[in-house]
Amino acid sequence: MALSREQLAQRVAQELQDGYYVNLGIGIPTLVANYIPENMDVMLQSENGLLGMGPFPTDEEIDADLINAGKQTVTMATGASLFDSATSFAMIRGGHVDLTVLGAFEVDVNGNIASYMIPGKLIKGMGGAMDLVAGADNIIVTMTHASKHGVSKLLSNCTLPLTGKGCIKKVLTDLAFIEIKDGKFYLLERAPGVSVEEIIKLTEGELVVPENVPEMQF
Amino acid sequence: MAGFDKVVSSYEEAMAGLTDNMTVIAGGFGLCGIPENLINEIKRKGTKGLTLVTNNCGVDDFGLGILLPDRQIKKIVASYVGENAEFERQMMAEELEVELTPQGTLAEKMRAGGAGIPAFYTATGVGTPVAEGKDERTFNGRDYILEESIVGDFAIVKAWKADRYGNLVFRKTARNFNPMAATAGKITVVEVEEIVEPGELDPDQIHTPGIYVNRLIQGTFEKRIEQRTVRKA
Repeated sequence: MALSREQLAQRVAQELQDGYYVNLGIGIPTLVANYIPENMDVMLQSENGLLGMGPFPTDEEIDADLINAGKQTVTMATGASLFDSATSFAMIRGGHVDLTVLGAFEVDVNGNIASYMIPGKLIKGMGGAMDLVAGADNIIVTMTHASKHGVSKLLSNCTLPLTGKGCIKKVLTDLAFIEIKDGKFYLLERAPGVSVEEIIKLTEGELVVPENVPEMQF
Repeated sequence: MAGFDKVVSSYEEAMAGLTDNMTVIAGGFGLCGIPENLINEIKRKGTKGLTLVTNNCGVDDFGLGILLPDRQIKKIVASYVGENAEFERQMMAEELEVELTPQGTLAEKMRAGGAGIPAFYTATGVGTPVAEGKDERTFNGRDYILEESIVGDFAIVKAWKADRYGNLVFRKTARNFNPMAATAGKITVVEVEEIVEPGELDPDQIHTPGIYVNRLIQGTFEKRIEQRTVRKA
Protein backbone atom coordinates (compact mmCIF):
# COMPACT_ATOMS: atom_id res chain seq x y z
CA MET A 1 0.00 0.00 0.00
CA ALA A 2 1.21 3.46 -0.86
CA LEU A 3 1.79 5.65 2.18
CA SER A 4 -0.93 8.08 3.22
CA ARG A 5 -0.09 11.76 3.75
CA GLU A 6 0.01 11.09 7.49
CA GLN A 7 2.37 8.14 7.08
CA LEU A 8 4.70 10.24 4.93
CA ALA A 9 4.79 12.81 7.72
CA GLN A 10 5.37 10.06 10.32
CA ARG A 11 8.28 8.60 8.38
CA VAL A 12 9.90 12.04 7.99
CA ALA A 13 9.47 12.59 11.73
CA GLN A 14 11.68 9.54 12.35
CA GLU A 15 14.55 11.56 10.86
CA LEU A 16 14.22 14.32 13.50
CA GLN A 17 16.80 14.65 16.26
CA ASP A 18 16.65 16.31 19.64
CA GLY A 19 17.71 19.96 19.33
CA TYR A 20 17.02 20.25 15.60
CA TYR A 21 15.94 23.53 14.00
CA VAL A 22 13.60 22.50 11.19
CA ASN A 23 11.89 24.29 8.29
CA LEU A 24 8.75 22.56 7.05
CA GLY A 25 7.32 23.45 3.64
CA ILE A 26 3.64 23.84 2.82
CA GLY A 27 1.48 20.69 2.47
CA ILE A 28 2.65 17.27 3.67
CA PRO A 29 5.80 18.68 5.32
CA THR A 30 3.60 20.82 7.60
CA LEU A 31 2.02 17.60 8.95
CA VAL A 32 5.41 16.48 10.30
CA ALA A 33 4.83 18.87 13.21
CA ASN A 34 2.08 16.52 14.43
CA TYR A 35 4.54 13.61 14.84
CA ILE A 36 7.44 15.16 16.75
CA PRO A 37 8.31 12.54 19.41
CA GLU A 38 7.28 13.68 22.89
CA ASN A 39 10.73 13.25 24.42
CA MET A 40 12.30 15.46 21.77
CA ASP A 41 12.77 19.22 21.51
CA VAL A 42 12.47 20.47 17.94
CA MET A 43 12.11 24.12 16.96
CA LEU A 44 10.21 24.96 13.78
CA GLN A 45 11.43 27.84 11.61
CA SER A 46 8.87 29.75 9.58
CA GLU A 47 10.63 31.82 6.94
CA ASN A 48 8.37 34.83 7.30
CA GLY A 49 10.17 35.56 10.56
CA LEU A 50 9.46 33.13 13.40
CA LEU A 51 11.66 30.52 15.07
CA GLY A 52 9.66 28.41 17.49
CA MET A 53 6.31 28.01 15.79
CA GLY A 54 3.53 26.61 18.00
CA PRO A 55 0.19 24.97 17.12
CA PHE A 56 -2.76 26.74 15.53
CA PRO A 57 -4.40 29.24 17.91
CA THR A 58 -7.75 28.81 19.61
CA ASP A 59 -10.46 31.24 18.49
CA GLU A 60 -9.52 33.52 21.40
CA GLU A 61 -5.80 33.42 20.63
CA ILE A 62 -6.03 34.41 16.94
CA ASP A 63 -3.66 37.27 16.10
CA ALA A 64 -3.54 38.76 12.59
CA ASP A 65 0.10 39.74 13.22
CA LEU A 66 1.18 36.13 13.82
CA ILE A 67 1.14 33.83 10.80
CA ASN A 68 3.32 31.13 9.26
CA ALA A 69 4.84 30.99 5.77
CA GLY A 70 1.59 29.41 4.50
CA LYS A 71 -0.21 32.55 5.76
CA GLN A 72 -2.05 30.48 8.38
CA THR A 73 -2.64 31.88 11.85
CA VAL A 74 -0.29 30.21 14.36
CA THR A 75 1.04 30.59 17.90
CA MET A 76 4.54 30.79 19.32
CA ALA A 77 6.21 28.00 21.29
CA THR A 78 8.02 28.72 24.54
CA GLY A 79 11.42 30.19 23.70
CA ALA A 80 10.32 31.51 20.30
CA SER A 81 12.01 34.46 18.60
CA LEU A 82 10.87 36.90 15.93
CA PHE A 83 12.93 38.59 13.21
CA ASP A 84 12.79 40.19 9.79
CA SER A 85 12.93 38.43 6.40
CA ALA A 86 16.62 39.20 5.75
CA THR A 87 17.58 37.66 9.09
CA SER A 88 15.32 34.69 8.40
CA PHE A 89 17.01 33.95 5.09
CA ALA A 90 20.45 34.53 6.62
CA MET A 91 19.59 31.55 8.84
CA ILE A 92 18.45 29.54 5.84
CA ARG A 93 21.12 30.52 3.31
CA GLY A 94 23.82 30.44 5.95
CA GLY A 95 23.16 26.76 6.61
CA HIS A 96 21.97 27.18 10.21
CA VAL A 97 18.77 25.14 9.78
CA ASP A 98 19.35 21.45 10.58
CA LEU A 99 16.62 19.92 8.42
CA THR A 100 14.44 21.21 5.60
CA VAL A 101 11.41 19.27 4.37
CA LEU A 102 9.64 20.32 1.20
CA GLY A 103 7.53 19.01 -1.66
CA ALA A 104 8.40 18.71 -5.36
CA PHE A 105 6.95 17.96 -8.81
CA GLU A 106 10.11 16.16 -9.98
CA VAL A 107 13.58 15.16 -8.78
CA ASP A 108 16.36 13.58 -10.81
CA VAL A 109 19.43 11.36 -10.34
CA ASN A 110 21.71 14.42 -10.18
CA GLY A 111 19.88 15.83 -7.18
CA ASN A 112 18.05 18.48 -9.21
CA ILE A 113 14.61 19.52 -8.01
CA ALA A 114 11.66 21.12 -9.84
CA SER A 115 8.95 22.33 -7.51
CA TYR A 116 7.72 25.81 -8.35
CA MET A 117 6.56 26.20 -11.92
CA ILE A 118 4.65 24.40 -14.66
CA PRO A 119 5.02 26.68 -17.70
CA GLY A 120 1.67 27.81 -19.07
CA LYS A 121 -0.20 26.27 -16.13
CA LEU A 122 1.15 27.20 -12.73
CA ILE A 123 3.26 30.34 -12.37
CA LYS A 124 2.83 31.42 -8.79
CA GLY A 125 6.46 31.78 -7.84
CA MET A 126 9.13 30.05 -5.81
CA GLY A 127 8.56 31.84 -2.51
CA GLY A 128 11.42 30.72 -0.26
CA ALA A 129 11.99 27.32 -1.88
CA MET A 130 15.07 28.28 -3.94
CA ASP A 131 16.79 29.74 -0.89
CA LEU A 132 15.87 26.70 1.20
CA VAL A 133 17.27 24.14 -1.24
CA ALA A 134 20.40 26.23 -1.87
CA GLY A 135 21.11 26.81 1.81
CA ALA A 136 20.34 23.49 3.49
CA ASP A 137 22.63 20.49 3.57
CA ASN A 138 20.03 18.15 5.03
CA ILE A 139 16.89 18.19 2.88
CA ILE A 140 14.11 15.62 2.61
CA VAL A 141 11.79 15.94 -0.38
CA THR A 142 8.32 14.46 0.10
CA MET A 143 6.31 13.69 -3.02
CA THR A 144 4.25 11.08 -4.80
CA HIS A 145 6.42 8.63 -6.71
CA ALA A 146 4.42 8.90 -9.94
CA SER A 147 1.48 10.85 -11.34
CA LYS A 148 -1.96 9.31 -11.12
CA HIS A 149 -1.45 8.24 -14.73
CA GLY A 150 1.65 6.28 -13.68
CA VAL A 151 4.22 8.74 -15.03
CA SER A 152 7.38 8.68 -12.90
CA LYS A 153 8.46 11.82 -11.04
CA LEU A 154 11.89 10.33 -10.24
CA LEU A 155 13.72 11.06 -13.45
CA SER A 156 17.08 10.89 -15.19
CA ASN A 157 16.57 14.58 -16.00
CA CYS A 158 13.96 16.98 -14.61
CA THR A 159 11.69 18.32 -17.37
CA LEU A 160 10.28 21.35 -15.53
CA PRO A 161 12.16 24.57 -14.62
CA LEU A 162 14.50 23.83 -11.71
CA THR A 163 14.17 25.13 -8.17
CA GLY A 164 17.71 24.00 -7.37
CA LYS A 165 20.60 22.16 -8.96
CA GLY A 166 22.40 19.21 -7.40
CA CYS A 167 21.04 19.85 -3.92
CA ILE A 168 18.75 16.92 -3.09
CA LYS A 169 20.08 13.78 -1.36
CA LYS A 170 16.97 12.22 0.17
CA VAL A 171 13.51 11.65 -1.26
CA LEU A 172 10.56 10.10 0.53
CA THR A 173 7.74 9.11 -1.79
CA ASP A 174 4.50 7.30 -1.08
CA LEU A 175 6.28 4.12 -2.24
CA ALA A 176 9.90 4.38 -1.19
CA PHE A 177 12.67 6.12 0.73
CA ILE A 178 15.47 6.90 -1.69
CA GLU A 179 18.97 8.32 -1.45
CA ILE A 180 20.59 10.22 -4.35
CA LYS A 181 24.35 9.91 -4.86
CA ASP A 182 26.86 9.57 -7.71
CA GLY A 183 24.16 10.26 -10.32
CA LYS A 184 21.88 7.41 -9.24
CA PHE A 185 18.88 6.71 -7.06
CA TYR A 186 19.50 4.16 -4.26
CA LEU A 187 16.50 2.35 -2.84
CA LEU A 188 16.76 2.40 0.98
CA GLU A 189 13.28 1.37 2.13
CA ARG A 190 9.94 0.48 0.63
CA ALA A 191 6.44 1.30 1.89
CA PRO A 192 4.75 -1.61 3.70
CA GLY A 193 3.31 -4.04 1.16
CA VAL A 194 4.87 -2.30 -1.86
CA SER A 195 7.04 -4.57 -4.01
CA VAL A 196 10.49 -3.70 -5.31
CA GLU A 197 9.21 -4.46 -8.83
CA GLU A 198 6.50 -1.81 -8.51
CA ILE A 199 9.07 0.79 -7.42
CA ILE A 200 11.41 -0.15 -10.28
CA LYS A 201 8.53 0.17 -12.75
CA LEU A 202 7.63 3.67 -11.55
CA THR A 203 11.20 5.01 -11.34
CA GLU A 204 12.42 6.42 -14.64
CA GLY A 205 15.93 7.42 -13.46
CA GLU A 206 18.60 4.77 -12.80
CA LEU A 207 17.74 2.96 -9.57
CA VAL A 208 20.18 0.84 -7.58
CA VAL A 209 18.37 -1.88 -5.66
CA PRO A 210 20.20 -3.78 -2.93
CA GLU A 211 19.49 -7.48 -2.39
CA ASN A 212 17.42 -6.79 0.65
CA VAL A 213 15.12 -3.72 0.81
CA PRO A 214 13.52 -3.37 4.25
CA GLU A 215 9.94 -2.18 4.74
CA MET A 216 9.43 1.12 6.52
CA GLN A 217 8.61 0.70 10.20
CA PHE A 218 5.90 2.76 11.87
CA MET B 1 12.49 68.90 17.93
CA ALA B 2 10.71 69.94 14.79
CA GLY B 3 13.74 69.00 12.71
CA PHE B 4 13.29 65.33 13.50
CA ASP B 5 9.51 65.29 13.71
CA LYS B 6 8.42 62.99 10.86
CA VAL B 7 4.68 63.10 11.50
CA VAL B 8 2.47 64.22 8.63
CA SER B 9 -1.20 65.07 8.99
CA SER B 10 -2.83 63.29 6.06
CA TYR B 11 -2.36 60.31 3.76
CA GLU B 12 -2.32 62.74 0.85
CA GLU B 13 0.69 64.45 2.39
CA ALA B 14 2.25 61.08 3.21
CA MET B 15 2.33 60.02 -0.46
CA ALA B 16 2.94 63.47 -1.98
CA GLY B 17 5.48 63.37 -4.80
CA LEU B 18 4.65 59.86 -5.97
CA THR B 19 4.35 60.12 -9.74
CA ASP B 20 3.85 57.80 -12.71
CA ASN B 21 6.54 55.21 -13.52
CA MET B 22 8.20 55.31 -10.09
CA THR B 23 9.50 52.27 -8.20
CA VAL B 24 7.77 51.51 -4.89
CA ILE B 25 9.10 49.02 -2.35
CA ALA B 26 6.43 47.66 -0.02
CA GLY B 27 6.68 45.75 3.26
CA GLY B 28 4.36 42.87 4.16
CA PHE B 29 4.05 39.10 3.83
CA GLY B 30 0.75 37.98 2.38
CA LEU B 31 -1.71 40.39 4.02
CA CYS B 32 0.32 40.49 7.26
CA GLY B 33 2.04 43.76 8.06
CA ILE B 34 1.01 45.55 4.87
CA PRO B 35 0.69 49.36 4.69
CA GLU B 36 -3.05 49.16 4.01
CA ASN B 37 -3.85 52.85 4.00
CA LEU B 38 -0.80 53.93 2.01
CA ILE B 39 -1.86 51.42 -0.67
CA ASN B 40 -5.38 52.88 -0.57
CA GLU B 41 -3.87 56.34 -1.09
CA ILE B 42 -1.93 55.14 -4.16
CA LYS B 43 -5.21 53.82 -5.56
CA ARG B 44 -6.95 57.11 -4.82
CA LYS B 45 -4.16 59.11 -6.49
CA GLY B 46 -4.42 56.91 -9.58
CA THR B 47 -0.63 56.82 -10.10
CA LYS B 48 0.21 54.59 -13.07
CA GLY B 49 3.12 52.67 -14.56
CA LEU B 50 4.46 51.69 -11.14
CA THR B 51 7.15 49.09 -10.55
CA LEU B 52 6.34 47.35 -7.27
CA VAL B 53 8.89 45.46 -5.25
CA THR B 54 7.07 43.30 -2.71
CA ASN B 55 6.95 39.68 -1.55
CA ASN B 56 3.31 39.26 -2.65
CA CYS B 57 0.61 41.27 -4.43
CA GLY B 58 -2.32 41.06 -2.02
CA VAL B 59 -5.67 39.54 -2.95
CA ASP B 60 -8.26 40.76 -5.45
CA ASP B 61 -9.93 43.27 -3.13
CA PHE B 62 -7.30 43.97 -0.46
CA GLY B 63 -3.68 45.03 -0.26
CA LEU B 64 -1.66 45.69 -3.41
CA GLY B 65 -4.24 43.71 -5.43
CA ILE B 66 -6.49 46.79 -5.45
CA LEU B 67 -4.00 48.55 -7.74
CA LEU B 68 -4.59 45.96 -10.49
CA PRO B 69 -8.06 46.80 -11.87
CA ASP B 70 -7.02 50.34 -12.92
CA ARG B 71 -3.77 48.94 -14.37
CA GLN B 72 -1.59 51.02 -12.04
CA ILE B 73 1.17 48.41 -11.91
CA LYS B 74 3.51 48.03 -14.89
CA LYS B 75 5.95 45.61 -13.34
CA ILE B 76 6.19 43.59 -10.17
CA VAL B 77 9.21 42.03 -8.50
CA ALA B 78 7.92 39.38 -6.07
CA SER B 79 8.54 35.85 -4.79
CA TYR B 80 4.98 34.51 -4.75
CA VAL B 81 1.92 35.87 -6.50
CA GLY B 82 -0.58 33.02 -6.36
CA GLU B 83 -3.52 34.43 -4.41
CA ASN B 84 -5.02 36.75 -6.95
CA ALA B 85 -7.22 36.02 -10.02
CA GLU B 86 -6.86 39.44 -11.68
CA PHE B 87 -3.10 39.24 -11.25
CA GLU B 88 -3.00 35.90 -13.02
CA ARG B 89 -5.15 37.23 -15.86
CA GLN B 90 -2.92 40.29 -16.42
CA MET B 91 0.24 38.18 -16.20
CA MET B 92 -1.03 35.58 -18.70
CA ALA B 93 -2.19 38.36 -21.05
CA GLU B 94 1.27 39.93 -20.71
CA GLU B 95 -0.28 43.19 -19.54
CA LEU B 96 1.86 42.95 -16.43
CA GLU B 97 5.57 42.25 -16.29
CA VAL B 98 6.49 39.84 -13.50
CA GLU B 99 10.02 39.22 -12.23
CA LEU B 100 9.81 36.22 -9.93
CA THR B 101 12.56 36.52 -7.33
CA PRO B 102 13.46 34.06 -4.57
CA GLN B 103 12.21 35.31 -1.22
CA GLY B 104 15.61 35.45 0.48
CA THR B 105 17.16 37.15 -2.53
CA LEU B 106 14.34 39.71 -2.52
CA ALA B 107 14.91 40.48 1.17
CA GLU B 108 18.66 40.78 0.57
CA LYS B 109 18.14 43.01 -2.50
CA MET B 110 16.24 45.45 -0.28
CA ARG B 111 18.72 45.15 2.61
CA ALA B 112 21.71 45.68 0.32
CA GLY B 113 19.98 48.55 -1.51
CA GLY B 114 19.43 50.34 1.78
CA ALA B 115 22.98 49.61 2.92
CA GLY B 116 24.71 51.04 -0.16
CA ILE B 117 25.77 47.67 -1.55
CA PRO B 118 25.02 47.54 -5.30
CA ALA B 119 25.10 43.75 -5.74
CA PHE B 120 25.91 40.49 -3.95
CA TYR B 121 26.65 36.87 -4.76
CA THR B 122 24.26 34.13 -3.67
CA ALA B 123 23.94 30.40 -4.33
CA THR B 124 20.17 30.75 -4.46
CA GLY B 125 18.90 30.19 -8.00
CA VAL B 126 22.10 28.75 -9.52
CA GLY B 127 21.14 26.45 -12.41
CA THR B 128 17.54 27.71 -12.45
CA PRO B 129 15.66 30.23 -14.63
CA VAL B 130 16.57 32.89 -12.04
CA ALA B 131 20.25 32.65 -13.05
CA GLU B 132 19.63 33.50 -16.71
CA GLY B 133 21.68 36.47 -17.86
CA LYS B 134 23.42 36.91 -14.51
CA ASP B 135 27.15 36.80 -13.82
CA GLU B 136 28.30 33.56 -12.25
CA ARG B 137 31.38 33.04 -10.11
CA THR B 138 32.89 30.23 -8.09
CA PHE B 139 34.01 30.73 -4.49
CA ASN B 140 35.59 27.84 -2.57
CA GLY B 141 34.36 25.37 -5.16
CA ARG B 142 30.74 26.49 -5.11
CA ASP B 143 28.86 28.43 -7.80
CA TYR B 144 27.13 31.72 -7.05
CA ILE B 145 25.15 34.25 -9.11
CA LEU B 146 25.41 38.02 -8.90
CA GLU B 147 22.18 39.70 -7.83
CA GLU B 148 21.72 43.47 -7.99
CA SER B 149 20.24 45.34 -5.07
CA ILE B 150 17.12 47.51 -5.24
CA VAL B 151 16.42 51.06 -4.19
CA GLY B 152 12.91 52.51 -4.48
CA ASP B 153 11.75 56.04 -5.23
CA PHE B 154 9.34 55.35 -2.38
CA ALA B 155 9.18 52.69 0.32
CA ILE B 156 5.86 52.08 2.04
CA VAL B 157 6.06 50.44 5.46
CA LYS B 158 3.73 49.30 8.23
CA ALA B 159 5.06 49.27 11.81
CA TRP B 160 3.31 48.79 15.13
CA LYS B 161 4.57 51.76 17.13
CA ALA B 162 6.75 54.76 16.45
CA ASP B 163 7.90 57.87 18.22
CA ARG B 164 7.63 61.21 16.43
CA TYR B 165 11.27 60.91 15.32
CA GLY B 166 10.36 57.85 13.27
CA ASN B 167 11.98 55.23 15.49
CA LEU B 168 10.00 52.06 14.76
CA VAL B 169 8.90 48.94 16.60
CA PHE B 170 7.28 46.09 14.70
CA ARG B 171 4.98 43.43 16.10
CA LYS B 172 5.38 39.64 15.70
CA THR B 173 5.48 38.35 12.11
CA ALA B 174 4.09 41.65 10.80
CA ARG B 175 7.77 42.71 10.79
CA ASN B 176 8.77 40.54 7.76
CA PHE B 177 10.04 42.73 4.88
CA ASN B 178 9.18 46.05 6.54
CA PRO B 179 12.56 46.85 8.16
CA MET B 180 14.46 46.23 4.90
CA ALA B 181 11.89 48.18 2.87
CA ALA B 182 12.28 51.08 5.30
CA THR B 183 16.00 51.36 4.53
CA ALA B 184 15.63 51.10 0.75
CA GLY B 185 13.35 54.04 -0.12
CA LYS B 186 14.60 57.42 -1.28
CA ILE B 187 11.44 58.54 0.48
CA THR B 188 10.30 56.13 3.19
CA VAL B 189 6.74 56.51 4.38
CA VAL B 190 5.63 54.61 7.47
CA GLU B 191 2.17 54.10 8.91
CA VAL B 192 1.72 52.85 12.46
CA GLU B 193 -0.95 51.99 14.98
CA GLU B 194 0.38 54.34 17.64
CA ILE B 195 2.71 57.34 17.76
CA VAL B 196 4.34 58.25 21.06
CA GLU B 197 6.69 61.05 22.15
CA PRO B 198 10.48 60.70 21.72
CA GLY B 199 11.92 59.03 24.82
CA GLU B 200 8.91 56.81 25.40
CA LEU B 201 10.34 53.88 23.39
CA ASP B 202 13.22 51.96 24.96
CA PRO B 203 16.21 52.68 22.65
CA ASP B 204 17.35 49.06 23.11
CA GLN B 205 14.04 47.80 21.71
CA ILE B 206 13.85 49.92 18.54
CA HIS B 207 13.91 47.76 15.40
CA THR B 208 14.37 50.54 12.82
CA PRO B 209 16.10 53.82 13.75
CA GLY B 210 14.32 57.00 12.63
CA ILE B 211 17.15 58.02 10.28
CA TYR B 212 15.54 55.79 7.62
CA VAL B 213 12.09 57.33 7.96
CA ASN B 214 10.96 60.46 6.11
CA ARG B 215 7.25 60.57 6.81
CA LEU B 216 5.12 59.03 9.54
CA ILE B 217 1.37 58.75 9.98
CA GLN B 218 -0.94 57.05 12.44
CA GLY B 219 -3.76 54.99 10.92
CA THR B 220 -6.42 52.42 11.69
CA PHE B 221 -6.07 48.97 10.18
CA GLU B 222 -8.39 46.17 9.10
CA LYS B 223 -5.61 43.54 9.40
CA ARG B 224 -7.40 40.99 7.27
CA ILE B 225 -6.46 37.33 7.85
CA GLU B 226 -5.77 35.24 4.75
CA GLN B 227 -5.94 31.74 6.27
CA ARG B 228 -7.84 31.57 9.54
CA THR B 229 -6.67 28.28 11.07
CA VAL B 230 -7.69 27.33 14.60
CA ARG B 231 -7.65 24.43 17.02
CA LYS B 232 -10.29 23.55 19.61
CA ALA B 233 -9.71 25.21 22.97
